[in-house]
Amino acid sequence: MWKWLHPYADPERAYKLSGTLFPWFATLAAVLITVGTTWGLAFAPTDYQQGDSYRIIFIHVPAASMSMAAYMGMATAAFIGLVWQIKLADWAAASIAPIGAVITFIALFTGAAWGKPMWGAWWVWDARLTSELVLLFLYLGVISLYASFEDKVLAARAAGILAIVGVINIPIIKYSVEWWSSLHQPSTIRITEKSTMSTEMLYPLLINIAGFGLMIGAITIIRFRAEILARNGMRPWVRELAKAEEIK
Amino acid sequence: MKRGISFTQAFFTLLQRDLKIAIRHRGDIFNPLLFFIMVVTLFPLGIGPEPQMLARVAPGIIWVAALLASMLSLERLFKADFSDGSLEQMLLSPQPLAILVLAKVLAHWILTGVPLIIIAPLLAVLLNLDGNSYGALISTLALGTPVLSLLGAIGVALTVGLRKGGVLLSLLILPLYIPVLIFATSAIDAAGMNLPYDGQLAIIGAMLVGSLTLAPFAIGASLRVSTN
Amino acid sequence: MANITIKTLLSANKLTCIREERILFDELSFEIHAGDIVQIEGPNGAGKTSLLRILAGLSRPYAGHTFYIDEDINRCRDEYNQDLLYLGHLAGVKCELTAEENLNFNLRISGYDDFDTSAILAKVNLTGFEEALAGHLSAGQHRRTALSRLWHSNCKIWILDEPFTAIDKKGVEELEQLFIQHADNGGCVILTTHQDMGIIKDDRLRKIRLDYRFI
Repeated sequence: MWKWLHPYADPERAYKLSGTLFPWFATLAAVLITVGTTWGLAFAPTDYQQGDSYRIIFIHVPAASMSMAAYMGMATAAFIGLVWQIKLADWAAASIAPIGAVITFIALFTGAAWGKPMWGAWWVWDARLTSELVLLFLYLGVISLYASFEDKVLAARAAGILAIVGVINIPIIKYSVEWWSSLHQPSTIRITEKSTMSTEMLYPLLINIAGFGLMIGAITIIRFRAEILARNGMRPWVRELAKAEEIK
Repeated sequence: MKRGISFTQAFFTLLQRDLKIAIRHRGDIFNPLLFFIMVVTLFPLGIGPEPQMLARVAPGIIWVAALLASMLSLERLFKADFSDGSLEQMLLSPQPLAILVLAKVLAHWILTGVPLIIIAPLLAVLLNLDGNSYGALISTLALGTPVLSLLGAIGVALTVGLRKGGVLLSLLILPLYIPVLIFATSAIDAAGMNLPYDGQLAIIGAMLVGSLTLAPFAIGASLRVSTN
Repeated sequence: MANITIKTLLSANKLTCIREERILFDELSFEIHAGDIVQIEGPNGAGKTSLLRILAGLSRPYAGHTFYIDEDINRCRDEYNQDLLYLGHLAGVKCELTAEENLNFNLRISGYDDFDTSAILAKVNLTGFEEALAGHLSAGQHRRTALSRLWHSNCKIWILDEPFTAIDKKGVEELEQLFIQHADNGGCVILTTHQDMGIIKDDRLRKIRLDYRFI
């Protein structure tokens, strides 16, 4: 059933395939993010309660939703790598981790910046912010585990196992944090979101979410290709590639 | 040459061996316990001796200290076996790795988790914990510390081959400890207010069952990477 | 060797091993049959230990497969482990336990349940040291404690990394005799050593040579 995957498990082929995919991801991401952000910041209507400060939502929500999606992507790749012993999948997982961490940090930072005008404090132990913080810790764990191994093939496998353990724990952590915050702060201010959102606000948001997703895909491809080259430096096809580059 | 050892016998053989080694190396049992006591005593010194306030934060302090003590003691779980080659032999044993791993974690919990549970009520007295909360404290520790051992063992298994494991280990496993911390302290709080806390206990119990079934496989897979 | 049909116990299929960006061996293939005594030869750093660990299933090769009889060892790990005895550089002997306790544990964890530890220890000249903590034994005795498992094994495949280290001349001879006996009974021995073997003659020994590669 999984035999069809194996031709792509050849590093050289994966390198070339991802090379052809990259321009599509990059161009689409650039277009969508430009359209979504301009629309959101300049043309979407002002919120009647929050004024213009709500506009950070066009960065915050895409970053937050993609931070979770990137983790899922990383764990899926790690799972494929673990079960079918495909090294490329491990490497893909390892290349997603730093991107996911940065996106998570952006989500946290924009969340804090949004919290200042809304709640009057940079940091509030709001359930969603807290689980986002824990998600950042999980990413950092994966990254530093990967960095600690000298043998990067092993490093990717170890980081992959941790990513899978993390993904099983994410729902539990999320649920427990939500439960915890409802226990301690029964009357948190709720940010008005999706339910009251007008379509003029919703469309640029959705466009930006798609744009962020493609952007993560594009950066992952760059890192993934670099990873393939680094792990296969002694292979003839990489040497030929390097020679061809030099001639250029 | 008969090979008739059952899974249970293999489990107890390893359990017995680990306990025997630990008893011949007694210091390892007491150090994490001393650490636990020290951390708990530091808090009144840091935040002041006012009984009401101490009682308010006692569940959190005891549990955070238990978390750290469990993590510190775990670091040595696979270290000795890794450096003298016994770990390789376990990986190559015809017995299922998950069972052997479970025996090691259980031995470790008996040596470090159980003393923690026994000493915790004494420390609770120092922190002026509410009289109603003692039952909750002991039952959350009894259900929660095995979860800590099981989850922590995954991190230990991933880092056992690395020269510098300590700080990295905390980064890997402390986030995973959060749910246990939340439900355990909330159970103790609830007990202090005379509210039922069996819901929280049931959730910690569910986490125990979940980690008991899944963690051994993750630990086994991690050990295979670490010994590579 | 009585049987005419040669039985393949273990085969390597295009094994490639890369350590620290250096290729140790590339597409290495060979077969090991019942009755073989195979020595992996080569200078330090050529990948002998790596090869043994890959054959034992402890390490994963960069590419290639190892087959136990005719199945990938990753697919039949339980059966393979039943039939494999691997002793690495590190012997898996606990310093906190006595020689007898060590042997007892090692055998039980491998599944054996009827054995006489003092009789086995007598075969490696450890009579009188049964109750001594392994940490107090000499290097040679420590090694003998680990090797004592070989005298109570029904595994066909023995993979031994430097089994003669710290063993005296007489001990080496006894081990060699044991290897020959094991091979004659339809087993195989794969080992590395830098010592010359006196009893196992060259016509009996198969050699697989690994060379140090600079790329």
